[in-house]
Parts: sequence; structure tokens; C-alpha cells
Amino acid sequence: MHAAAAAVKTSGQNRSQTASFDRGGETGAKAAESRGTVPRTYMAMPLIAYANPSRFLALTERVLPWLVGATAIAFGIGLYQAFWVAPEDYQQGETVRIMFIHVPAAWLGMMCWTIMSVSALGTLVWRHPLADVALKTAAPLGAAFTFVCLVTGSLWGRPMWGTYWVWDARLTSVLVLFLMYLGLIALWRTMEDPTRAGRAAAILTLVGAVNLPIIKFSVEWWNTLHQKASVLRLGGPSIDASILVPLLIMAMAFTLLFITLHAAAMRNEILRRRVRTLRLRQAQAAQGA
Amino acid sequence: MDLGPHAIFIIAAYMVATAVVLTLTVWVIIDYRAQCRLLAELERRGITRKSVAHPSAPP
Repeated sequence: MHAAAAAVKTSGQNRSQTASFDRGGETGAKAAESRGTVPRTYMAMPLIAYANPSRFLALTERVLPWLVGATAIAFGIGLYQAFWVAPEDYQQGETVRIMFIHVPAAWLGMMCWTIMSVSALGTLVWRHPLADVALKTAAPLGAAFTFVCLVTGSLWGRPMWGTYWVWDARLTSVLVLFLMYLGLIALWRTMEDPTRAGRAAAILTLVGAVNLPIIKFSVEWWNTLHQKASVLRLGGPSIDASILVPLLIMAMAFTLLFITLHAAAMRNEILRRRVRTLRLRQAQAAQGA
Repeated sequence: MDLGPHAIFIIAAYMVATAVVLTLTVWVIIDYRAQCRLLAELERRGITRKSVAHPSAPP
């Protein structure tokens, strides 16, 4: 094990110390165990024990290689299906292959904001340190997937609609989602104190969640150039199985990719906050001396 | 494989998606190495969470 990895491990083991965001479930739970008063939630939901930065780091170290492997395999199968198994569409021809990246990217762009909204509740209601980390690290990923959705949609629109862009409700509401992601990232960068930034970002995230149903139902509420929902709809998917199956495999691959990148980014953010805490406390100690 | 008359749009879409995914992956890896390096550097200088909290404690 090289020095850097050793440092991470050592840092992870010093749980009794006080990186402000490290105060979490594990220490409290251990104390409760020693008193014989283990919280019921810990007994009922062992997984919640992993909602602690140190345990999360240990879990990530074990799980990440498997996630990377699963993502690579899913993309291999998905791309094979998308290019060599799925037939061309009877109307759109070969351009339908853009759908295999456009639709999963759109789903992830929205799913990411949903995850951030749940994390925002975790930050504001329970003040959970990992919720804050999850929210912050999901934003760039959500922005990236929404960007892919917009660009691939534009490249799909040009040959099918005759234009790269039109200000219809679906396209505009997704563009708003992308701008909200950028705004959230900018908000994080303008505040030095992660706690204050986290609370402000959580409020903004919850307010921005209003846009999710607007995106989803925009094609129903308004007359749009964008087609109506064809997978997640009442009455079931309207796409033929020969195209739907590759689409769902690609959606799974993108979701695995998101989980992998998010876990890795959360690990990085936890380490970044440890570095920041150490530097701050070192500076405080130097001032006191 | 023949992608038809609109091949350029299909290829461009997949290239953009690949570039974004690769950028995210490289960013995550570089960031991880940077944070590990910073932590290792702090530990080499004797600054750990334990030593900072109890500066007088024996190593």
C-alpha cells in the first residue's frame, strides 16, 4: 500500500477526533452500544450504519472495483445491443441509436436532482453530514448528464425536426434544469464555509425540485415538438421490445456509471473536508501557541 | 456498419457522450489522488486529527 492510501486508512481510523462533518452516526452508535441503548433504527436498519463518513470510506474502498466492473460490462452489453441488435426505426432510421444515450442521460439528469432533493432534506432536517456531501458531489454529475441530454437531443433534432433547437416546453425546462445545476455549483464555490454553503444549496435544491414535474409533464401540458412519453407512461411502453430492451440496458449502464462516479466523488469530498479540517485546526493551534 | 445519411449526427452524439464520461472519470481520479497526496503530506508533517486535537500527546 502506498503512502497516500495509508494516509487515507489512518485518517479513517481516527474516528474519535473532530472533523466537524465527521460527527456522525458511528460514534454516537458506539457510545449507545456501550450503554446498552442501541438506537432502534440501528438494529432495524444496519445499512444506516454506513451513513457515516469513516464507514462510508471503508465501504467505498470495497465496493468501487465491483461497481467499475459492473458498469463496464453493462456498457459493453448495452452498446452491442444498441448498434448490432436493435433495428433501425421505421420512421427515424439509424438516428434512433442516439436515443440509447439521449434518454438515459435525460433520466439521470432528473434522477440526480431527485437524489439531491432527498439529500437536501437530510441536510436541513437531520443535518446529516453525508447528505451534504451527497448533494454537493451529485451536482456536477447531474450537470454533465443534463448537458449530454441537451447536446445529443440537439444532434438528434437536426436530422429529424430540421432544427438543432426550438423553445418548446420540454427543451426549455431541461435547459432550465441545466442552468440550475450550474447555479448550484456556483453557489458552492462562492461560500468558503461548507456548512453554510450546504444549507443554502439544500434550500435552492428543494426550490428547484419544482422543475422536475414540469419537465416530466411538459409534453402533456403543452403542445411541444418533443414527442410524448413513450417508456414511463400509463398503459406501458409504446416502444417495440427490440428497441426497448437495449434502451433499458443502456439506462442501467448509465445508472451504474452514476452510482460509481457519485460514490467516488463522495469519497473525494470526504477526504477534502478532512484536509480542510486539519489545516483549520492546525492554524488555530498555531495561533493559540 | 452503415449508419445511413445521418451518420455524422450519430457519431457526434456518441463522441460528446464519451468525452463527457471520460472527463468526469479523469476528474474523479485526479481529485482522489490530489486529496490522498494532501492527506499524506499532512501526516508526514505529523498533523493528524489525533495530534491536532491533543498536541501534547505522545506520538
